[in-house]
Amino acid sequence: MFSKDRWQEIFDTIKKNKLRTFLSGFTVTLGIFIYVVLFGFGNGLKNSFDKFFLDDATNTFFLFPGSTTVPYKGFKANRQIEFKNEDLEDIKKTFPFFLEYITPRITRGALVKYNNESNNYTTRAVGPAHQFNEKTIIMQGRYINDNDIKDRAKHAVIGRLVERDLFKGKSAIGKYVDLGGSAFKVIGVFQDDGGDNEERLIYIPYTTRQLIEKNTDKIDQIILAFKPEIGYTGAMAFEKQLMKYLKEKKNISPDDQNAIFIRNVADNLKQNQDFASLLQTIVFWVGFGTLFAGIIGISNIMVFTVKERTKELGIRKALGATPKAITNMILHESIFITTVAGLFGLILGILILRSFGDSLEDYFILNPYIGTGVAIRATIMLIVFGALAGYFPARRAARVKPIVALRDE
Amino acid sequence: MIEITNLHKSYTMGSNKLHVLKGINFSVKAGELVAIMGSSGSGKSTLLNILGMLDSADSGDYTLDGVPIKNLTETKAAQYRNKFLGFIFQSFNLINYKTALENVSLPLYYQRIGRKERQEKALSYLTRVGLKEWATHLPSELSGGQKQRVAIARAMAAEPKVLLADEPTGALDSRTSHEVMDLIQKINDEGNTILVVTHEEDIAKMCKRIVHLKDGVIVEDKVINQVRASQYV
Repeated sequence: MFSKDRWQEIFDTIKKNKLRTFLSGFTVTLGIFIYVVLFGFGNGLKNSFDKFFLDDATNTFFLFPGSTTVPYKGFKANRQIEFKNEDLEDIKKTFPFFLEYITPRITRGALVKYNNESNNYTTRAVGPAHQFNEKTIIMQGRYINDNDIKDRAKHAVIGRLVERDLFKGKSAIGKYVDLGGSAFKVIGVFQDDGGDNEERLIYIPYTTRQLIEKNTDKIDQIILAFKPEIGYTGAMAFEKQLMKYLKEKKNISPDDQNAIFIRNVADNLKQNQDFASLLQTIVFWVGFGTLFAGIIGISNIMVFTVKERTKELGIRKALGATPKAITNMILHESIFITTVAGLFGLILGILILRSFGDSLEDYFILNPYIGTGVAIRATIMLIVFGALAGYFPARRAARVKPIVALRDE
Repeated sequence: MIEITNLHKSYTMGSNKLHVLKGINFSVKAGELVAIMGSSGSGKSTLLNILGMLDSADSGDYTLDGVPIKNLTETKAAQYRNKFLGFIFQSFNLINYKTALENVSLPLYYQRIGRKERQEKALSYLTRVGLKEWATHLPSELSGGQKQRVAIARAMAAEPKVLLADEPTGALDSRTSHEVMDLIQKINDEGNTILVVTHEEDIAKMCKRIVHLKDGVIVEDKVINQVRASQYV
């Protein structure tokens, strides 16, 4: 394999049969190149998907109150269901095994002013745990804490874009803004990977909102998270038990489908993950198809090459080449060509992917890449199949009687 | 050098069986220059191919330089061809992408001789056939006679026991034919054993012995007075 003479012979053959070498090499280069680029794009598509759908926490339930449709225990139908602060405590006490955190959310629009700037923003009145739910990242200051809730403090945590709009690049921390007619102190600025809209939100303590709204204890919406270790089935069981518990507590018929809604992100998450893995599967099969086409291409060229050389091989045999020498020569040659061409295609593909970078983000292709392992495995696969594709016709040619091979025109 | 007894060979063509060699008994001593003659279909090329281990006989014995040639694997046959035999073909059979020098050194490559020695040896044989200046030319740049001389140099290069020539002048005009025969005679003068298959009377007369084949049997085997080709050149 490593004798200098063999290499010399192979380089000679390659050098003097440029077209043949180019054709077989080109097939391999093209195959690997297309494979790398397609696979990279597929990964980019998956990245976009992950970014869009898998941003927020995924172990979350959203609870919405509705109105009853069935009369029950002396209550008429069409009764509006309401969540109250005590519901939070009761859920906490009843489901300590499942529950990771719980927070209310009361969403209101508000006109917010600072100096001469003003704009309408969505405010969310929440508890401290809400930060985990939205994966809110604090840039300056802090998030709402338990003291804010207890004191019903007029504190606000504002989005990065709110600060930019109202404060024109100056720090907002410690400043007071007019939020729907009351003065709120800005205690924190946050960013969020969920996009611009998420960064135009304002968070305030839910107790403060309730105080403003005539000291009520009503809650629009409850968000709670289960412990991730209970898994998908645990989450589904938790959802069932929670629904049962709440219906009992609020005197709702067990058959009433409209009184309380639970949006279970775990269910969504599973759908999204299923979709993502479908995407992955499609990418895999497209890549596999390309690779397979490449392998067929090399096989064809190898068969043709060996056929074309039948006479030459006959001459070599008449001059004393053993069948093994013939097979080895063809194999050595084809492995060398596919390796060089394959690596060339690999590097070319990776360079192209790199050069695209994030420029295709508008087409939902984000950061296209191919894992080094995957790329190298694909190249090795192509080389192995190229060698196999060369081996069988080579072995057949080596077995042909020299007299038959010499007659070939 | 060559001992053949009761050699049979037939080819199956569909349902027909074509009996080509019907019991050949024949021997060649070292240093002979033998012409095998016969019309087309007489079996002369088949005989040569069997002698050259390019084809195998159905039955009969064949001994080459004391070595029985029987039931050879392809690998063994290749090694024997390389060690014992040099081939000269009607259609030259040079490898078209290799230069004259590379063609001549090819059998030496299969003898695992080092590159440098290979080239020196090949060049010396090219010089002997008068083509030293053409060493770096491709076969397509050579005339028919030159190609055959390269082929002869290649056959000689491995220093075989026997040279087998299958219609060596078949593709050449008479002048070039005589040049090639002159070269073959000179090689024979140096003591090499040579078998020439031909259907041309005047070429056969330039050998030292003529074996006539007809319908797969030897009908005549006579020693003749050699006509020197040099007088025509």
